[in-house]
Amino acid sequence: MSKIKLTKVPFIGTEEQAAKLDAKLAELKELPGGLMPALQTAQEIYGYLPIEVQSKIADTFKVSLEEVFGIATFYSLFTLNPRGKNQVSVCLGTACYVKGSGEILEKLEEKLGVDAGECTLDGCFSLVETRCVGCCGLAPVVTINGNVYGKLTPDQLDGILAEYKPSNLKN
Amino acid sequence: MQKHVVNSLADTNFYKKQVRIALRNSGIINPDNIDEYIAYDGYQALIKVLTTMKPQEVVDVVKASGLRGRGGGGFPTGLKWQFTKNAVGDVKYVCCNADEGDPGAFMDRSILEGDPHSVLEAMAIAGFAIGSNKGFVYVRAEYPVAVQRLNTAVSQAKEYGLLGDNILGTGFCFDIEIRLGSGAFVCGEETALMASIEGKRGEPRPRPPFPANQGLFAKPTVLNNVETYANIAPIILKGAEWFSSIGTEKSKGTKVFALGGKILNTGLVEIPMGTTLRTIVEDIGGGIPNGKKFKAAQTGGPSGGCIPAQHLDIPIDYENLAKIGSIMGSGGLIVMDEDNCMVDIAKFFLQFTQDESCGKCVPCRIGTKRLLEYLVRITSGQGKPSDIAEMEKLCEYIKDNSLCGLGQTAPNPVLSTIKYFRNEYDAHVIEKKCPAGVCKALMSYYITDKCIGCTACARKCPVQAISGKVKEIHVIDQTKCTKCGVCMATCKFNSIIKK
Ligand SMILES: Cc1cc2nc3c(=O)[nH]c(=O)nc-3n(C[C@H](O)[C@H](O)[C@H](O)COP(=O)(O)O)c2cc1C
Ligand code: FES
Repeated sequence: MSKIKLTKVPFIGTEEQAAKLDAKLAELKELPGGLMPALQTAQEIYGYLPIEVQSKIADTFKVSLEEVFGIATFYSLFTLNPRGKNQVSVCLGTACYVKGSGEILEKLEEKLGVDAGECTLDGCFSLVETRCVGCCGLAPVVTINGNVYGKLTPDQLDGILAEYKPSNLKN
Repeated sequence: MQKHVVNSLADTNFYKKQVRIALRNSGIINPDNIDEYIAYDGYQALIKVLTTMKPQEVVDVVKASGLRGRGGGGFPTGLKWQFTKNAVGDVKYVCCNADEGDPGAFMDRSILEGDPHSVLEAMAIAGFAIGSNKGFVYVRAEYPVAVQRLNTAVSQAKEYGLLGDNILGTGFCFDIEIRLGSGAFVCGEETALMASIEGKRGEPRPRPPFPANQGLFAKPTVLNNVETYANIAPIILKGAEWFSSIGTEKSKGTKVFALGGKILNTGLVEIPMGTTLRTIVEDIGGGIPNGKKFKAAQTGGPSGGCIPAQHLDIPIDYENLAKIGSIMGSGGLIVMDEDNCMVDIAKFFLQFTQDESCGKCVPCRIGTKRLLEYLVRITSGQGKPSDIAEMEKLCEYIKDNSLCGLGQTAPNPVLSTIKYFRNEYDAHVIEKKCPAGVCKALMSYYITDKCIGCTACARKCPVQAISGKVKEIHVIDQTKCTKCGVCMATCKFNSIIKK
């Protein structure tokens, strides 16, 4: 399992988010094995799992915070770090890897100035490694916010990232 | 006038040798419309089972068909159903393993997205056979479309009275819930999967007790793979004999492979068991692109092995693949050519298993870490000739002592590459060379006399390692070079080589 990276960004949640979570938790409280869906929902609402939210979930399910933290850190899709506005995911599945996705990742780290798993300082991009996303015929594959870019070469990266920079986004 | 001959898709080399049972409807019907599934004999098998058969008869048909688990292990499905049917308990569960964690495999995804009802129907049949009223599909969260189609399919089936209470007025009740994974490969392992549905850390536990006796929420549970389920309805409708007439003596039916890597036609292929790897690679896959040479085919993902050219003619079935040091696995089939370094590939898979090791047992947690360290050293030019024998010993230890299949099979990619590509390991540890030219630390860039002195490379080099006068041959200072490869990409005269 990879190292646990805790965030230094203070938790700011809106009342709307809290209300949404409360409603969901009330629903899931009685479901056998409801803790996983609860964490999944919380992450959907907040984008990550702040310790304050884990605490609330622990109270709801009447388990210790340690247990919730243990689950939150076991699964790689749960993150304790806030996410950038745009999620850049590089597929490091076998098909993509043999077609050079390792190099694509290196280039992206260089261009964004972050390591995989981190978020750029301006909060615009976070870079993540993923396992096979199931488009192996298009290898090597990068997805940004779920949009798939296939058969990539490093020289296409600047153009693709530019599409997501705030200055280029029209309302 | 010119005549155009248009061939049907089914006549192309890609489809000609395929037999589509599990993929029968994928790409043909609209997965969001239950009527289309029904139009293609959908839910007929469930109706037949509920109205004309006894539970034991259903189990007997599945047993007689010879169907074996498509999730990797190849355990006889009918036998698994029998054990769960025999288990004592008022509550039993039917689970579907849709965690598809093998990187480079997407068979289950295609079935879930293209024909979700085939899985639901089979789960209901399993429920009837073993005496269960509740099913769970555990899907990896990385497949959002599959999740959405499954949810649609469940609600449509309920609307039609094909799931839920008192199905078709027969008194049989069966409900299905969809649960999502959260990105842990080990959750594909059956006991870990059940722990995860229970809302815990997805760590495996020792067996026995087997899930057939004590599975989900400690109740008797049948767990099968998506593709296994996709075979059930045709078996019920066409009979065990029809199914067992396809395939080899011990492996019946077909297997779907996700063909990928260095191959012309990538995609899903469903072939009868017993088809040779050569047929898949050369006929269906259309061979290796760019005139390169085939080096190996990898099956079974991180639990499998690399199959070299000399075994291309072996008929694929569970036993044969195990005999040559690989496994059937869930169906990933990645083709590699001469540009792939086998030591690097072994390292890639080990990085994966090491990363995904849940940490519960020491042989897997620490053993894979130590094994990976050897591979990192070897690929960075610091390997010793004695490393290879030491790795083999460590591999055997990990295999014999790990708690679950993850650790028990983690050494396979290493062992099979040592077995078939020993020369590549030797080249790395003795000559300190990477024959395929992949391991950066073992290569150097050189400028040949094709250089016309255009200075482009020297200007692009990020570490100023290249020097030379205009119109004279340039040289690379090997002590400064970081082997980034920019010079080679920049040179318009192909004068830079790496070796
Ligand atoms: C580490 C590990 C990962 C596994 N991943 C999967 C998987 O992704 N999908 C799957 O169907 N089976 C997977 N299996 C096999 C399951 O444990 C189980 O044997 C299988 O789902 C049973 O279904 P079957 O008999 O229909 O194959 C995995 C096993 C291990 C040890
Ligand atoms: S390996 Fe990248 S999409 Fe499958």
